[in-house]
Amino acid sequence: MKKVLELKNVHTYYGQIHALKGINLEVYEGEIVTLIGANGAGKTTTLRTISGMIHPKEGEVLFEGAAVHHLPAHLIVKRGIGHVPEGRRIFPRLTVEENLEIGAFLENDRHKVEERKAEVFDLFPRLAERRKQLGGTLSGGEQQMLAIGRALMQDPRILLMDEPSMGLAPVLVDLIFETIAELNNRGKTILLVEQNALKALQVAHRGYVLQTGEITLSGPAKELAENEEVKRAYLGG
Amino acid sequence: MKKLRENPLLLSAVIAIVALVASFWLLNNPRSTLPFLLTLGALLAALLQPIPKWLKVLIGGAILLLVIPAAGFKNSFLFELGIQTGIYAAMALGLNVVVGLAGLLDLGYAAFFAVGAYTWAIFGSPQANEFMPWKIFPLPGEYFYLFMLIAVVVAAITGVVIGSPALRLKGDYLAIVTLGLGEVVRVLANNLDQPINFTNGPQGITPIQRPPIDWFIALLEKFGLQLSRAEAYPLFFYLLVLVIIGIVTLVNIRLDRSRFGRAWIAIREDETAARAMGIPLFPTKLLAFATGASFSGAMGALFAAKQLYVSPESFTLIQSIMILVMVILGGMGSIPGAILGAATVTILNVDLLKSASDYLNDLRNAGFTLDLGFFKYNFANLPNQLEPAKYERMVFGLIMILMMIYRPEGIIPERRHVLEMKEES
Repeated sequence: MKKVLELKNVHTYYGQIHALKGINLEVYEGEIVTLIGANGAGKTTTLRTISGMIHPKEGEVLFEGAAVHHLPAHLIVKRGIGHVPEGRRIFPRLTVEENLEIGAFLENDRHKVEERKAEVFDLFPRLAERRKQLGGTLSGGEQQMLAIGRALMQDPRILLMDEPSMGLAPVLVDLIFETIAELNNRGKTILLVEQNALKALQVAHRGYVLQTGEITLSGPAKELAENEEVKRAYLGG
Repeated sequence: MKKLRENPLLLSAVIAIVALVASFWLLNNPRSTLPFLLTLGALLAALLQPIPKWLKVLIGGAILLLVIPAAGFKNSFLFELGIQTGIYAAMALGLNVVVGLAGLLDLGYAAFFAVGAYTWAIFGSPQANEFMPWKIFPLPGEYFYLFMLIAVVVAAITGVVIGSPALRLKGDYLAIVTLGLGEVVRVLANNLDQPINFTNGPQGITPIQRPPIDWFIALLEKFGLQLSRAEAYPLFFYLLVLVIIGIVTLVNIRLDRSRFGRAWIAIREDETAARAMGIPLFPTKLLAFATGASFSGAMGALFAAKQLYVSPESFTLIQSIMILVMVILGGMGSIPGAILGAATVTILNVDLLKSASDYLNDLRNAGFTLDLGFFKYNFANLPNQLEPAKYERMVFGLIMILMMIYRPEGIIPERRHVLEMKEES
């Protein structure tokens, strides 16, 4: 299997605060890899470091073998790393369709844009029904679908998803995880950050446990789900 | 009113009749303000109400190309008003790209107007002989059109130069830095008469060449209109401005629907999300800044040719603020809004306030007594200081406050804001 993404000894700081203390992480093509951990463990920081929103002070982020950690955010997106940001961050005053088109900002080919839009609508029929509606008027679940759809418009090689189930009703949480599995079936490689460790470990192939900026455990998702420490700390039992 | 809206035939008829009545009234009273405003009102209604397209074109064309020029021959002030409105409308459309679409508060916008104006003023007058070895200046008027394009480029470059440091800041900081850099341009114009005389300093530059219009006079003669040069120039500039407004509006519509238009809106709405979509923040903002600047530059060159004279005084902070008022009044991000805002502010500024002053003066001189039974007032006692024409800044401030309270989305809101309001109700 091909290695899509690799983090080597990544250290990231927010000013004086040492947020990531030497993260090592790998994602192979076709995998769902999940990063679980408590609040403030550095999950979001890890994703932001990969997508170039912040730059690591030390270490390397390799995408398909090439170092990308020094690149500005837009060039990283261009390479093929899509980001579904935390809290969805859709454009509330733009329509569903306009949101998707902004997602395809880097794609010049109108045909491809239309094709991908059709794919997104195929994946989320609910969005197709609401294509002329403003993003801000969608329900939380629909907004999450839109955020995922918007990231898919770039046809990324790997999709970084930051807490896609946050703040959603249980039915919708299930729906989002089904979508993640479906995306993976369609060939997308996914790095998933979640607080809902139980669900995340069910859908993922492998997992990493992050604790105060360090990876404390890693392995196949099934094994992690069975691990006593993980059970006690994150699975509520 | 609602009934009228639901019946397009009746609506069309009402608007057409109002337009007709207003036009005749204006043609018979070219010097009074009321028929002029009614004519503009009819024009506005025709353009904004849901009536057939051919009728819009007919009413719009008749008022802009026949009625106002015809009235303008009797009262050339109407041309002046039209030209000024047009210049400001084009600038408001430019600033609309920066403030309305990209959400970047620019308080130094008049600087680009100055750059455009000086670009033609220096080379279209003997001024350039001061620092150029070839004594070939002023360049003949034909070069005006070329220099309008050069002004676009020079203003865009100035936009990049000013924007490069300023656009690294956000919000209030950006506003303050653009304000400061805008003033720098004015101060440069004021002081670049030494050691080498580029701008002739505070005295300004005059006379500036105008584009030649012999062909235009000849053309009018074919239509049976005998005009002297002095009569033909206002009409020429008026029509030129109309053409430019048309071009600028088209460019704006194209921009609004382009990838970059969307990218600007995305940045305005949420910078972080825009970055996550692969939109490079700084270059995209810089592009908005330079685009807005280029509109202003073109109008600056036109302004120089129309006025025959430029001096640093024409490009003060109050100018920048006035254009911002136009954009906010009309509705940020809205193309018809920017044009309407420009027309409203310009007419208020150069016509209505002055008319109000004249009116009060007349009352004062006539010693008119207002008698409401319980309240008597003799206008002869009116203090001389009460002159609405001098209160323009207060009036603008008042407009801004009232707009912010009652209609923050502007007179003709951007479609997105309208949608938003509808969804909420």
